[in-house]
Amino acid sequence: MREVVIIGSGPAGYTAAIYAARADLKPLLIASSVEPGGELMKTTEVENYPGFPTGTMGPDLMADFQAQAERFGTEVMFDDVVDVDLKGDTKIIKTGGGESIEAKTVIISTGAAYRELGLPKEKELSGHGVSWCATCDGFFFREKTIAVVGGGDSAMEEANFLTKFADKVYVIHRRDSLKASKTMQQRSFDNPKIEFIWNSEIAELHGEGKLEGVTLNDTETGEKTNLEIQGLFIAIGSDPRTGLFEAQLELDQEKFIKVDGRSSKTNLPGVFAAGDVIDPTYRQAITAAGSGCVAALDAEHYLADH
Amino acid sequence: MARDVTTAEFQKEVLENSLPVLVDFWAEWCGPCRMVSPIVDELGTDLEGQLDVVKVNVDHEPDLAMQYNVTGIPLLGVFKNGELVKQLVGARPKAALQSELQEFL
Repeated sequence: MREVVIIGSGPAGYTAAIYAARADLKPLLIASSVEPGGELMKTTEVENYPGFPTGTMGPDLMADFQAQAERFGTEVMFDDVVDVDLKGDTKIIKTGGGESIEAKTVIISTGAAYRELGLPKEKELSGHGVSWCATCDGFFFREKTIAVVGGGDSAMEEANFLTKFADKVYVIHRRDSLKASKTMQQRSFDNPKIEFIWNSEIAELHGEGKLEGVTLNDTETGEKTNLEIQGLFIAIGSDPRTGLFEAQLELDQEKFIKVDGRSSKTNLPGVFAAGDVIDPTYRQAITAAGSGCVAALDAEHYLADH
Repeated sequence: MARDVTTAEFQKEVLENSLPVLVDFWAEWCGPCRMVSPIVDELGTDLEGQLDVVKVNVDHEPDLAMQYNVTGIPLLGVFKNGELVKQLVGARPKAALQSELQEFL
């Protein structure tokens, strides 16, 4: 029987692992088989994580998180959780690799998954012009005309990154102002390759076998226009990954796991949650890390009392 | 281990193959590709005789990537009788890939 099993390998999961390992709880962290490291693996330069005055690369930061967790005895398993039974004193976690793991406490830090536009052809054109990862796919759009949809920090980061490859990057946003930080906004406004299309949402995707353009819908006038683009990067936010826990844990209306006040306690004893999976508001690497620390300390106290 | 095929070899190895062929379009700089690559290798071993598995490095073979309009990797394509009959974009666990491939075995 494990003292602590952590599900998820972003900043929240690894920080929980560092604290739990240093408390000698020998945590097992289940990192996923194909997407370990979480959201930061898809970023390049991270400029707002404290302790790195000149910035650091997202994947490098996550490699350091992992190394620090392992240094104190965390066991990292590259597998996927496919089923959980969290109700009893003994929690059971089943993996895609066929393992059944018993634990006294579970920390859930499964983060959030990219939101889709929900348009016909979106799936079919994915990998053929439609993408959710600028650092993965930007390379294919050298000297092309492309667009980013979204108005947050991720959208601005993607747009700026993509100007390294593309000739022109439109930013399509459904409002007339951005949610992104002032620094990212200014960088985008100053970038000569970026042009903003305000008050617009994407109504249709066009192309057979590859993206050729989109129809835009003006959110104020309802006017429809066509925009020819070869690439579309979708950065309109994300939804918490809570499907596995839905039947057992209390979730809020938007499917984030509910926790008790400033703690990480869910409605089930011995089950804690941290990071983007509980946070509809801040969603930063540093807030996720802080939240992971809280979960490890809560688990430690729970184990001491049981 | 599944080997990289060139544009010149693609016709014979993939399009004229009597078995279905799983083609992994990948690149060195693509993190998710590195996660998928060992899974693809394992599938090649597990499914030997039923399905051939090869890789296409999109940096080395940009013409092939362009021919199949590949703009996102990893992209796993299933070719049958010379035609691209299925494509899966993005990394996914082995069990998920196995079930996606069932229909071709």
